[in-house]
Amino acid sequence: MNEKVSFFKRPGVQTFVSSIICVVFGLLLGFIILFVINSKGAVTGIVTLLKNFMNYPSQAAQMKYLGNTLVKMAPLLMCALSICFCYKAGLFNIGAAGQYVVGAGACLYAALALKLPWIVCMLCAAVVGALWGMVVGFLKANLNVNEVISGIMLNWIGLYLVNMSLSGVKELSSPYTLKLTAVNPSALLPSMGLSALFSKNQYVTIAIPLSILTAVLLWFILNKTTFGYELKATGFNKEAARYAGMKEKRNIIVTLMIGGALAGIGAAFLYLTGFEEWSVSQAAVPSMGFNGIAATFLGGLNPIGTIFASYFIQHITSGGAYLDKALYPSQCSDLIIALIIYLCGFVLFFKTVMNRPKKAPVKDTRFKPEEKGGKQA
Amino acid sequence: METPYAIEMLNITKRFPGIIANDNITLQLKRGEIHALLGENGAGKSTLMSVLFGLYQAEEGIIKKDGKEVKINNPNDANDLGIGMVHQHFKLVQCFTVLENIILGVETTKNGVLQKDEARKKVMALSQKYGLMVDPDALIQDITVGMQQRTEILKMLYRDNEILIFDEPTAVLTPQEIEELMQIMKNLAKEGKSILFISHKLNEIMEVADRCTVLRRGKYIGTVNIKDTTQEELSRMMVGRDVQLVVEKGPAHPGDVVLDIQGMTVASKVHDNNAVKNVSLQVRSGEIVCIAGIDGNGQTEFVYGLSGLEPLVSGKITLCGKDISHASIRERAAEMSHIPEDRHKHGLVLDYPLEYNLVLQRYWQPEFSKNGILDHKAIREYADRLIEENDVRSGQGAITLARSMSGGNQQKAIIARELDKHHELLLAVQPTRGLDVGAIEGVHRNLIKERDSGKAVLLVSLELEEVMNVSDRILVMYEGEIVGDLDPKQITVEELGLYMAGAKRNTGEGA
Repeated sequence: MNEKVSFFKRPGVQTFVSSIICVVFGLLLGFIILFVINSKGAVTGIVTLLKNFMNYPSQAAQMKYLGNTLVKMAPLLMCALSICFCYKAGLFNIGAAGQYVVGAGACLYAALALKLPWIVCMLCAAVVGALWGMVVGFLKANLNVNEVISGIMLNWIGLYLVNMSLSGVKELSSPYTLKLTAVNPSALLPSMGLSALFSKNQYVTIAIPLSILTAVLLWFILNKTTFGYELKATGFNKEAARYAGMKEKRNIIVTLMIGGALAGIGAAFLYLTGFEEWSVSQAAVPSMGFNGIAATFLGGLNPIGTIFASYFIQHITSGGAYLDKALYPSQCSDLIIALIIYLCGFVLFFKTVMNRPKKAPVKDTRFKPEEKGGKQA
Repeated sequence: METPYAIEMLNITKRFPGIIANDNITLQLKRGEIHALLGENGAGKSTLMSVLFGLYQAEEGIIKKDGKEVKINNPNDANDLGIGMVHQHFKLVQCFTVLENIILGVETTKNGVLQKDEARKKVMALSQKYGLMVDPDALIQDITVGMQQRTEILKMLYRDNEILIFDEPTAVLTPQEIEELMQIMKNLAKEGKSILFISHKLNEIMEVADRCTVLRRGKYIGTVNIKDTTQEELSRMMVGRDVQLVVEKGPAHPGDVVLDIQGMTVASKVHDNNAVKNVSLQVRSGEIVCIAGIDGNGQTEFVYGLSGLEPLVSGKITLCGKDISHASIRERAAEMSHIPEDRHKHGLVLDYPLEYNLVLQRYWQPEFSKNGILDHKAIREYADRLIEENDVRSGQGAITLARSMSGGNQQKAIIARELDKHHELLLAVQPTRGLDVGAIEGVHRNLIKERDSGKAVLLVSLELEEVMNVSDRILVMYEGEIVGDLDPKQITVEELGLYMAGAKRNTGEGA
């Protein structure tokens, strides 16, 4: 009865292998693009991309720039976790991008206009992100509005609302918001000695370990709690969840609220380090939330896998900055990164391919001769 | 060399991880015969048919058509060889006419314009020849299930298929329609078509088939001439032991009223009328009350209204003295177990392992979770016990995905779960749908055991035999109303059929 499943048939192994295949394909495609544009620099180009911070000779500089990559990994990971968590409940939270935006707006407003300390700013980001998610959840649960549609709409509403509300706290000469260090240093996330580890990189804060802890926490919630059990049951089969007496409407709203809070905190994890300022003239939703989709899939829809996937995606994104600008136009690195990220979404596809030859029989999908047949008119 | 066989599947072996679905199986279909394929759920019938259709490739064995070896790599190949199939669940376009459905995929066109006249002539000729009465211009959504099935048969004939497979064709038909189908199958065979008839129902096989091949747990048990065999022998071959075809049960000892429904009305999702109209009934402890009727007469909505999946338009439901008319599903579930009609839609989370499915109604109880954290050890122990006690078979035990289990074992798991949880009322909706005689026997025993232990059992069934054999009282539902309150001991199947068809009703009852 209890036959062992062969190593390559284990779902975990399959996800890992297909993630690696995606990465390799993405890099290969990136290499081809570099090669077509300028064949001489292609090999060094792709190596530069992969080396990222290791392009620096001194170890101190390497650590510093590794720190920078990690600083941007934290918000990416939070967005990816937001999408991952909602996906488990059968919801595609493309609105994470917008929840991230309103999170950024909330924490910056709290920090710059209201001069609140960091922990309150972070909470503001979480609450506003959750509210943004709740709108999507409410529409989905009560009016059956597709969460992708309402999510994308809210992304734009959020963007312009944030641009508007932050224009009162921007610098006079530029579209960027005021610097936290100058206006309200108490809103900066504490480092707790972490920056010392990364050659005094002031942007390295508790955001990085907190984001990883969040991943572990979500893994725990999904796999060990009744809430996670209900969530996944609803995601797999909404009708059966209802039959079993689960409150599926409430669960949908709560799930999207948690997703929104995660993305909102993700924004706080970046903007409360002072690493970047918000540009109130930006006319595109920041890509962080969308890259989170790729990180989620590359991570095999597993919170723990998502940690590594987020790091990898941020690693090559940062690495792109080191491409030789003399050989390649500056957009080139973005293009290659976009390609790699795009291919990261193919994990499920490769997994399906791996399973194709010997798929277990599934009822109701057997024999469909007349659907495909009928050549002999 | 001339052989009498239209199609031969010789020594077919097909393995899946952890299981041999077909172990050296041979099936030889003679030209012009009706050949029944009999086996329990999970015996390998579906796999064997999938091999014949090119959906799976067998690891060993060959397939011969008219004595010549053929390779069937995909359903198109099967189609080219003249193999056609009537599926259990019809594959028809609801908003197309009968004629359009028949020619779908093999339309004749002239300069891109459909030529229906010729097709119509051919369809009408076929319909005449085999006695398949259809209205070619009626929309599928407006015609009876029986006519839909005849449309499916015409689809095969229109494609000049010589080998016709019927996959459990009688499951959805009324007794009268079953009679007609049997006649049609005999006509087809007389005209030289070869028919493979997949069924669980022994009496139908005895009536219509010439020969019967029996599979059991992926193995070939034998092929017998129907003339020389009996129902008892067939069921013994299929199950591997003696099966009691008629359920043994003592008289009922009804006690207090457990369920009291007064004037229940439930809206329909399909049309503007109510699907359940002012239904009143009572179920007492220690009795099995059966709601009989032809599919689609409001039984599904009745069950939804009772279990809380759909709200009531009006009416009052009292369960164990408590008004649950507007209670939540979980509040109702405190005293009610529900074996749902559709085990894939409601009964199981197919992508959850078996153990998770076995606690689907109870995961939140202190036995299986503390402070919102699941006790996986307790869940595993509980699952292992239910699996053991109820003989639920699966590839990897408690961790098997429900999706990969056979239909019969999925149903066993649901029944085990619902019977083990606390309840005073058991609501069993078509609990034996798609099960074989061995499993049906088990389910019926369980229902009677429930009754004898003092539970109230409300059975909703489309199977006449089940209705007659198991129930202590029959309520017939027709167009959303209870039209008959009958005693199974004092009524014939034919009479019951008249009530079900709406031709007869006894009024003034309701409880």
